[in-house]
Amino acid sequence: MEKFLTLSAIAAPIMRVNIDTDIIIPSREMKRVSKKGLSDGLFAGWRYRGPDTRDLNPDFVLNEPRYLGTQILIAGDNFGCGSSREHAVWALSEYGIRCVIAPSFSAIFFNNSIQNGILPVVLESSVVDRLAEQAIGGLEGTFFVDLPNNFVRAPSGDEFTFDLTASQRTTLLEGLDPIDRTLKQAAEIEAFEASDRQARPWVYI
Amino acid sequence: MAPKTLFDKLWETHVVADLGGNTSLLYIDRIFIHERTGSVALKSLQESGRSVRAPSQAFGTMDHIVDTLPGRNDQTTMPSGEQFITVMREGCTWAGIKLFDMHDPDQGIVHVISPEQGIVLPGLSLVCPDSHTCSQGAFGALAWGIGSTEAEHALATTTLPVAKPMLMRVTISGTLADHLSAKDIILHLIGEIGAAGATGHAIEFCGPVVDAMDMEARMTLCNMAVELSAFTAVIAPDEIALRYLEGRPYAPSGDAWTAAAQYWQTLASDSDAMFDSEIELDVSTLAETVTWGTSPEHALSIHENIPSPSDFDDSKRSSVEKALSYIGLEAGSAIAGTPIGGAFIGSCTNGRLSDLRRAAAVLKGKKVAADVRAICVPGSAAVKRAAEAEGLDQVFLEAGFEWRLPGCSMCFFAGGESFGNAERVISTTNRNFENRQGPKTRTHLASPATVAASAVAGVICSPSTLDSAA
Repeated sequence: MEKFLTLSAIAAPIMRVNIDTDIIIPSREMKRVSKKGLSDGLFAGWRYRGPDTRDLNPDFVLNEPRYLGTQILIAGDNFGCGSSREHAVWALSEYGIRCVIAPSFSAIFFNNSIQNGILPVVLESSVVDRLAEQAIGGLEGTFFVDLPNNFVRAPSGDEFTFDLTASQRTTLLEGLDPIDRTLKQAAEIEAFEASDRQARPWVYI
Repeated sequence: MAPKTLFDKLWETHVVADLGGNTSLLYIDRIFIHERTGSVALKSLQESGRSVRAPSQAFGTMDHIVDTLPGRNDQTTMPSGEQFITVMREGCTWAGIKLFDMHDPDQGIVHVISPEQGIVLPGLSLVCPDSHTCSQGAFGALAWGIGSTEAEHALATTTLPVAKPMLMRVTISGTLADHLSAKDIILHLIGEIGAAGATGHAIEFCGPVVDAMDMEARMTLCNMAVELSAFTAVIAPDEIALRYLEGRPYAPSGDAWTAAAQYWQTLASDSDAMFDSEIELDVSTLAETVTWGTSPEHALSIHENIPSPSDFDDSKRSSVEKALSYIGLEAGSAIAGTPIGGAFIGSCTNGRLSDLRRAAAVLKGKKVAADVRAICVPGSAAVKRAAEAEGLDQVFLEAGFEWRLPGCSMCFFAGGESFGNAERVISTTNRNFENRQGPKTRTHLASPATVAASAVAGVICSPSTLDSAA
C-alpha cells in the first residue's frame, strides 16, 4: 500500500450531504471480481450525461478543466454512507484521490479508506464550508495536507488540525499491510483462543 | 465494579490485544461472506498466498448477484455476474468454507439465513463485508459490516483492529398501532435524527416496544441502524431470542446450550450504565412512514406533505433541492396518492415470514393495480417454503405479484434487472439512493403493509385507508 505522508494538491468541492457509496460507484459499474478497473465508474451517475453513455456531464465538478488532477475531495456531512462496497474507495484511489475532507464519514467507508492509503479528514462543518470556498482549482486552489503533523493548510494559509487513532495513523504513514502486522500477534491470538475456549466452548465449531 | 453497557460487555469479551487509544484487536467468532464482496476478498487472499485461519467459523452465501427468476443458474441477468458466482464458489471450496449455494435448501440473504441457521448467537462477534450486518445485532451479537480488505483480515487472522465507538441508547416506548411495524419506527427515527444521526456510535435499542417485538421485527429495526451511520446496533438477548435460536443447526445443543444460555442471561446493560447519548421515542402517535427523497432521512408520515427546501438549514438545502429534482415531486404536495409503477417486497430488511404475512393480509382478495409491476422475493429458501406451506404464495400470485426465488434481487441494480428507466417504485428495502434500484429509478421506502396497499391502489397508499381509496 502507498504511504501517506504529505500531499500538495488541488481540491474539488462536492458539497452535498449524504454522498453514498452508490453515488461514488453505482453497482452496475462493479463488473468484475477485481479491485482494478473501477475509476471509469467513479461518480458515474453524476459524471456522465446518462446511464448508457460516457459523454461527460459538463456540470459535474470533476469535469471542469480547473479541477484537472484533483487529489482531494471536499464534501458534505456523512460522506461514504450506505453500502460497505470497498469499490468506492478503490475507484477513488484509481482516479487519483488521496484525501477526502468532510464533517463526518460513515464508519465502514472511513476504515476502507485507511486500508487503501486514502486519508479521511474530519473537520468541523463551518471549516469544511470555508475550505470548499477556497477550492477553486489551479495554483490558487492548492491545499497542503500534512499527516505527520496532523494538519490541513488551506490556500489562504490557515491551518486546521485533525485527529486519527494511533493505529490508523500508523497504517497510513507506514503503508503497512495490517494483515502482516496482525499475523505477528499470532501468539496473542492463540492465547486468547485457549482461554476463551474454556469460557465459551460453543463458539468453536 | 463500574457499571457496563451490553456493548461494553460484548466488546471486552473479544479483546485480544490493546492497540492503543480506543483501538483493540478484537477476536472474530463468525465471518459471513457473499458473492459480491466476499468473492474479491477470497480471491485476494488466495493471490497473496494466505489462508483462512478458521474455515469452520466462516460461511458463504449467494444472494447479491444470483438471479431470483425461476430456473436460475450461473448465467445471470447481470452482465458478467457469472464471474462473481464462480469465483465465490471456487474460493469457498479452496478455503473449506461452507457455502449456501444457489440451489442449497438453506440458501438466502446472509442476514436472513445466519439467524435461521443459528450461525449468529448472542454474545458472538460476527462480521460480513455487507453494511446491513448490523441486522444481526438483534440477537445481542456484536455484528457489524466491514469492507473487503477487512474481510480478508478477518478471514486470515480471526481478528480485526477496531476503534471502539461511542454508545447511544434508543428507548422506544408507547403503544404501536396494530397496522404499523418496526419498519415504520426505524424510518421515523431516521427522519427525526438524520442519516448521520448516529455517526461514531453503536446503538442499543431497548424499551417496552422492543421487548414486545418478535425477532424478525427486531432485525428490521437493527437492519437500518447503518442508515443512521451507526457502527452497529444491539438488543439484549431475552427469552424471545433464545426461543428463536434453540434447535437451529449451528446453535449449541444439550449441555452446551444450557451453559451458553446461562451466559447469555448476563448480556444486558447494567441498570446504572452510562451512554454517550440517549434518545427517547414514543411511538403512540406514529403513522405509516414512507420516504419522499433520495436519503432514508427523507422520511415522513404518509399523511404529510412533501417538505420544501426552505424547511431545511443551509447545510441541507441544496441536497434537498437536488433530491426533489431527482425524485420528480413537488414540494408541498401530498405524498399519499403519488402514482407508482413498481412495488417490491423482500430484502434483508423485510424479506422474512412475518413481513410476507403482513403484506399478504393486505393483499388477500385484492388485485394489484393495472399499471403496477409487483414483485415479492422471500429472503431465504426457508422463508419461501414456510410461506408456501401456509398458502401465502397463492395470495401474492392471485393478487398479481411475481413470486420469486430467494436473494437480494431488485433491492439494488447490478446492471441486470430493474423496474425500468425513471420508474417510481415503492419498496420494503433500505435505500432510496439515486440510481439504487435502476437508472433514474425513484424509490420510496415503506413497510410491507404499505407497499402491498400501494401496489393495489396504484398510488402511495396507507393500508388503513386502502378500502376507502379503492
